[in-house]
Amino acid sequence: MIDFIKQPWPWYFSGIMIVLIMLILLFFGKSFGFSANLRTICSIAGAGKKVKFFDFKWKDQVWNLMFLAGSILGGFIATHYLSEPAPIKLSAATIADLKQLGVKFDGGLNPADLFSLEAMKDLKTLGILLIGGLLVGFGSRYAGGCTSGHAISGLSNLQLPSLVAVIGFFIGGLIMTFLIMPFIF
Amino acid sequence: MKFIKYILAGTLFGIIMTKSEAVSWYRIQEMFRFQSFHMYGIIGTAIVLGVIAVLLIKKFKIRDICGNPIRFHDKDQAYRKYLMGGTIFGLGWALTGACPGPMFVNLGSGYAGMAVVILGALLGTYLYGVMKNKLPH
Repeated sequence: MIDFIKQPWPWYFSGIMIVLIMLILLFFGKSFGFSANLRTICSIAGAGKKVKFFDFKWKDQVWNLMFLAGSILGGFIATHYLSEPAPIKLSAATIADLKQLGVKFDGGLNPADLFSLEAMKDLKTLGILLIGGLLVGFGSRYAGGCTSGHAISGLSNLQLPSLVAVIGFFIGGLIMTFLIMPFIF
Repeated sequence: MKFIKYILAGTLFGIIMTKSEAVSWYRIQEMFRFQSFHMYGIIGTAIVLGVIAVLLIKKFKIRDICGNPIRFHDKDQAYRKYLMGGTIFGLGWALTGACPGPMFVNLGSGYAGMAVVILGALLGTYLYGVMKNKLPH
């Protein structure tokens, strides 16, 4: 049984479970949207004193912070207890493309060259991660949601604005992948 | 203790996202290069089932745990903010391979660099709050 669980889980199972998580939150009277937590954390840190956008009743969002805490725990459990050391089955074409870009495929979920503690000694890597994070944070608030709020919750409710946001996610993703990344890696 | 159910739901989310490799920087690159069905399969399955589930909830007027009808809020009918915000988000998503959920899931998996990404995301969120009234929406 545990060997079975330790294999990577297929995409359709993941899709079903993500909907289940959305439904669990709806059943609890909440809605699935992860990036709202970033605004909440800014508010807790005191941003509401200076900027009106952060002056809201963040206590109503504590449940979402608990969800966030659970997600960190989930990552820990999955990686340490439910995984085998086998490399992920990334497509050969992607491995070749990334090699050309100068990013080695090391078999893990994320390249250690970018995300390990060791990699943080490199100023350029730090800059890439900080700016990348900044774009995600700024963009998700500007668009009023991220992948969970728009691609999952919004599209499930047939919201045209969410479709526009998801199209935007892809415009940005393709520009970064094909036009910008060749110059920064 | 009323929050424990949210912690458990979040834990399930973290496990699912990790075990299906949806939190992988490599998988996001593969998606944006259209070199595998994997990520499209995950998001596509979720959307199709999600649409059916939401329709059923509305049709049968299903109630939540407190007995209140489950309500869905329509997003504002503006388009510039979704397109522009979405595009900015996409730039960061491809670069870091992480949207807001996976940043934290990956932190739990032990990728220290995600702390830097999270710091950036908080900074970006703050910056949006500061600039909000000057941006076209």
